[in-house]
Amino acid sequence: MENKTDNSHMGHILPFRVYFSVLLALLALTIITVAVSRVDLGTWNIVVALLIASAKALLVALFFMHLKYEDKLTWFYAFIPVFLLILLISGVFIDNPFRG
Amino acid sequence: MSTQCADSLCGEPPKLHHMDSDTAYHAAKFGMWLFLATEILLFGGLFCAFALYRWMYLEEFSRASEELNVWLGGTNTIVLIVSSFFVALAVDAAQKGNNKKVSSYLLYTILCAATFLVIKYFEYSAKYHHGLFPANPEFNSPDFNKAYRSFFGLYYCMTGLHAIHVMAGMVILLWIRAKAKAGRFSEKYYTPVEVGALYWHLVDLIWIYLFPLLYLVG
Repeated sequence: MENKTDNSHMGHILPFRVYFSVLLALLALTIITVAVSRVDLGTWNIVVALLIASAKALLVALFFMHLKYEDKLTWFYAFIPVFLLILLISGVFIDNPFRG
Repeated sequence: MSTQCADSLCGEPPKLHHMDSDTAYHAAKFGMWLFLATEILLFGGLFCAFALYRWMYLEEFSRASEELNVWLGGTNTIVLIVSSFFVALAVDAAQKGNNKKVSSYLLYTILCAATFLVIKYFEYSAKYHHGLFPANPEFNSPDFNKAYRSFFGLYYCMTGLHAIHVMAGMVILLWIRAKAKAGRFSEKYYTPVEVGALYWHLVDLIWIYLFPLLYLVG
């Protein structure tokens, strides 16, 4: 019991208000993304939608999934698929428009 | 500490010969992150296809997207976010060794998952009644817009693969819940709850991108 504060070897315990604030932020961002989609911004609609989605994804990963408190190796493997996906999509878009 | 436990190990980590329980905990969690990386790339292929077809048929995709019900999709987004919140609380309860709370929070998570699938069922039925499904001969005829076919083909692949993940997640969470009910977890051992929760969060993460792409901007 005297070791209660020393839980560095196990996962992080976060106060309830952190989870609750993240929940509220995620719900607010969902409403915002639906509202913004009703306004015609042209090409910017998809940019804004993806930015909001990424903000939500980041909140889920950092706090719900405790990524914020993980080691560098986990961070690396969390972001490498994102990097590879950007590479894949860029590759397709560099190639496709120049096909006959 | 749980007083009654049906489980023989009763909150103790499993005894392993090849590594101590601390290493096992970190290895299990890291293994799940590694698996999630492959999952992102699995869906990534579909996202890439969607990006390309959307670029090719911009007008038609935005019209096809209007066939989808934003309110049902939006409700499902909220259902999954709330489910993610509950599963995060289940992990928190497990970290404090409260098996009873783990079991209740996992039940709420599973109920959210079931709600999601019921709403999805109504959405699919509506599309079916409008003939918007690949097995419909009219849908496959040449006079049916090719871009529409691409959009709904991708819609079914992406949301279908996602729904399979929801079902798999439900099975995993039910199994972990049974362990919690047997008093299996404690401050010293809660690896399955945390690893199972990581998988469930991914299901939410994928939907966070699917919703705006399919329902909002098309």
